[in-house]
Amino acid sequence: MKMIEERDKEEFDIFTHRLVPRHRIISEEEKRELLTKYNAKLADLPRILITDPVVRKLGAKPGDVIEITRSSPTAGETKYYRVVIVE
Amino acid sequence: MEQEICREKIAGIEFRMLSPEMIKKMAVVKITSSELYDADGYPTEGGLMDPRMGSIDPALRCRTCGGSINDCPGHFGYIELAYPVIHVEYVPLIYNFLRCTCRKCGRILMSDEECEKWKAKILKAESKIRRKYIVGQIINKLKNVKKCPHCHTIQEKIKLEKPSTFYEGNKQLTPIDVRERLEKVPDQDCILLGLDPNVGRPEWAVLTLLPIPPPSMRPTITLETGQRSEDDLTHKLSDIIRNNERLYENLNAGAPEVIIEDLWELLQYHVTTYFNNTIAQIPVARHRSGRPLKTLAQRIRGKDGIFRKHLAGKRVNFCARTVISPDPFIGIDEVGVPLEIAMELTVPERVNELNIEQMKKYIENAENYPCALYVVTPDNKRKRVTKETKELILKELAPGYIVERQLQDGDIVLFNRQPSLHKISIIAHRVKVLPYRSFRINVCATIPYNADFDGDEMNLHVPQTEEARAEAEILMSVRQHILTPRYGLPIIGCIQDYVLGCYLLTQPDTLVEEDEAQKILYFMGIYDMPEPDVKKDGKRYYSGKLLFSCSLPKVNYEDKNLSCRKCEKCKLEKCEYGAYVKIRNGKLISGCIDAKLIAPEKGFLIQKIVNDLGMKEAYDFIQKVSMLGILFLQYHGSSIYISDTDLPPEAIKEIKEEIRRGVEKVDRLIEIYRKGELEAYPGKTLEETFELMAMMELNRTRNKVAQIVEKYISSPNIPTLQMARSGARGSLSNLASMAACVGQQNLRGLRIRRGYKERTLPHFERGDLSAAARGFITHGYKAGLTPIEFFFHSIVGRDSVMDTSLRTPRSGYLQRRLVNALQDLKVSYDLSVRDSENKIVQFIYGEDGLDPTFHKIVEGVINELRAST
Repeated sequence: MKMIEERDKEEFDIFTHRLVPRHRIISEEEKRELLTKYNAKLADLPRILITDPVVRKLGAKPGDVIEITRSSPTAGETKYYRVVIVE
Repeated sequence: MEQEICREKIAGIEFRMLSPEMIKKMAVVKITSSELYDADGYPTEGGLMDPRMGSIDPALRCRTCGGSINDCPGHFGYIELAYPVIHVEYVPLIYNFLRCTCRKCGRILMSDEECEKWKAKILKAESKIRRKYIVGQIINKLKNVKKCPHCHTIQEKIKLEKPSTFYEGNKQLTPIDVRERLEKVPDQDCILLGLDPNVGRPEWAVLTLLPIPPPSMRPTITLETGQRSEDDLTHKLSDIIRNNERLYENLNAGAPEVIIEDLWELLQYHVTTYFNNTIAQIPVARHRSGRPLKTLAQRIRGKDGIFRKHLAGKRVNFCARTVISPDPFIGIDEVGVPLEIAMELTVPERVNELNIEQMKKYIENAENYPCALYVVTPDNKRKRVTKETKELILKELAPGYIVERQLQDGDIVLFNRQPSLHKISIIAHRVKVLPYRSFRINVCATIPYNADFDGDEMNLHVPQTEEARAEAEILMSVRQHILTPRYGLPIIGCIQDYVLGCYLLTQPDTLVEEDEAQKILYFMGIYDMPEPDVKKDGKRYYSGKLLFSCSLPKVNYEDKNLSCRKCEKCKLEKCEYGAYVKIRNGKLISGCIDAKLIAPEKGFLIQKIVNDLGMKEAYDFIQKVSMLGILFLQYHGSSIYISDTDLPPEAIKEIKEEIRRGVEKVDRLIEIYRKGELEAYPGKTLEETFELMAMMELNRTRNKVAQIVEKYISSPNIPTLQMARSGARGSLSNLASMAACVGQQNLRGLRIRRGYKERTLPHFERGDLSAAARGFITHGYKAGLTPIEFFFHSIVGRDSVMDTSLRTPRSGYLQRRLVNALQDLKVSYDLSVRDSENKIVQFIYGEDGLDPTFHKIVEGVINELRAST
């Protein structure tokens, strides 16, 4: 069982899966802009666990904001932001 | 401003256990007597109604604070329990403490180093939920520890016998034992088991004192007969006190242990049911009449508890409820209000220089409709207007007074039908006062409410301030809700007769006599009418198209309607089926009008008018077109006959042949399947594949039959067919069911297979897979079903009735949970969706920031949307 898991981790890049949208850690500069734009605190953003496979892969730290670019049938492309938190 | 009003801000509220000291400190009296009143009917001192706990008699003042009923909040008392009892709601906490602490030294069953480790973890936890989770982990770890790491005592297993008896091994622990052990637990260990020592001690969960709530919390009701009736809580408390007294007496008299134990257990029972009367394994405490007592937990919990009944739900005045009935001759945004109701409901109007004469007329008219019922003076005195008082009131009436006049034509009211599932379940209408005793509503406005007239009742509310009236009119009126926020198609439109009327009117050869047309146009509110455009036999006629054009605003529209046969090359305006609708500048040029243009949740023409010309034009159009449709239908006449379903002999022959072929094909399929020559579809078993193919074949047969029926009943004058073609009611498939063949009966998406062993009925052989044996009905309703077919039909009928009646409450509860979870999400001005803490849920509403009410969705997408729900 364990062997299979480890093999998967090594070989499979989740970002190549068609259901996984594009993820990107945004810079401090962009983060500030985002928070000013929405007049929000970091804690007001939607969250994502640091244990999330995508976050692990990106190697994001707690407090980082991840930009997710999803495709949308009505808007074409839409951006979503989530802040990384620890469990 | 804010500084002046708001001196202190509440940061939070924390609920704690009451300590015995606290119970004593907040009490003003020790209750010692189970007597409520003495022989003279006055409350006894030291009884449950002790006047020092606050008075509930308006004539008496509180003996503690001197306040009357209105300003004395009541004061607690307490009783001393002869023996301690366990608080049921804290049984889980006690259980955890007993399992996880040493029986001898009271320390937690964990070494000091580990204690520090876990304590750090708990203190670091950022949320209460998280803390609870960690505590759960600790308890899981400790509950089976055999030996105390501090004093090396061997631990016995603690068992909990619900609801509140603890055993250590086989020995029962009395509440006294339990309390002793909890007392031994040091403060520093409490936090590891989820109890902050600054907040409470575990032994407080075993009660030695019981606080007695003041009578204002459990008031006595005096019945008309003068008899006093006590509150459920008072009954329960007096049970507790009486029992406590007996226990004391027996203890002092040195009674045998068995008796003491029995009384103790009984006291435990009474205290338990006092807190919560729905504890499992415990008989419910009942009133003398057999009604279960409503004790503390029942006051708070559930549908009748304070949260759902009094805090989340409110009752209102200025409302009315009665049966609804249809009235096609009132406006779509009107509601017919019975005179009796209009005379009872009032609208407050502030008197000013401009309306004072009108207001005086209302007062002058006292006791006749319409009049003023009350007048409120500027110093807030309310005066009833009667024939006797009107002269006086008329004299003093001046600007600044408020006159409460009866409901009148044109007033804005809110109209509602439960279940209120979406925002258009409450719409603002204008009042139209009518005789008789039911609310009248235009049939076009029933769809948003999902109302019909088989006895439905609806509620009506009268807004009481200018702001409320303005909001109702601007935000909630019928005109604002022509389009549904679901996908932007009209929710208000023409149904049934209206659709059929318009369909028949716009047939190419329809002519309307001049005088008839004038009547119709008059009802539509059109007073300058066009010249008649057709002359025939020296008489002047209006063509149906011209008449229909009268209802149209200046709109352009071009599309195919329901009659479209999807020819390879569209002939556009020259379509022989009238399927190409073309409207130029408000004139109907070609095609006939059907459900696709004007019906609710279809109505593309209405959508076009709203988008191009606005809500008002669309509202006027629906109003006019519905009047036109129904009046023309009245003039034209339409009724259905059994003979609508008559077929010529050759058609019957053809249908029989088609059905025979279909059934035979299934038989051949069975053969192939039995031989094992069938190839399974991907992801399906062989059997599933066979069933699927058989179903497909039989459905195809059935559709073919419907086509044959249509081919032979193609006289356009058959009303059943007209209804189906216009989309007013019924379908071709329904017609075919009556005329020729009902077709396959499906049970949960499959052919019928249940019943006896390997067969549906004993009339078939085991394993018979043929069409007839699995619920295929070859006859039509008119010819009649065979008994076996009838049986299959009944199976499916019963199943669908059961299904709907079982599904409704489930989906209702699901809806309730969803609404509760989502109710305070809102779209902010920056288009982000936020919750009540202003946290972001979506960065742009719906990913695109668009209001679906004004989406323009093409037909295909709509069908897809509908199919998915």
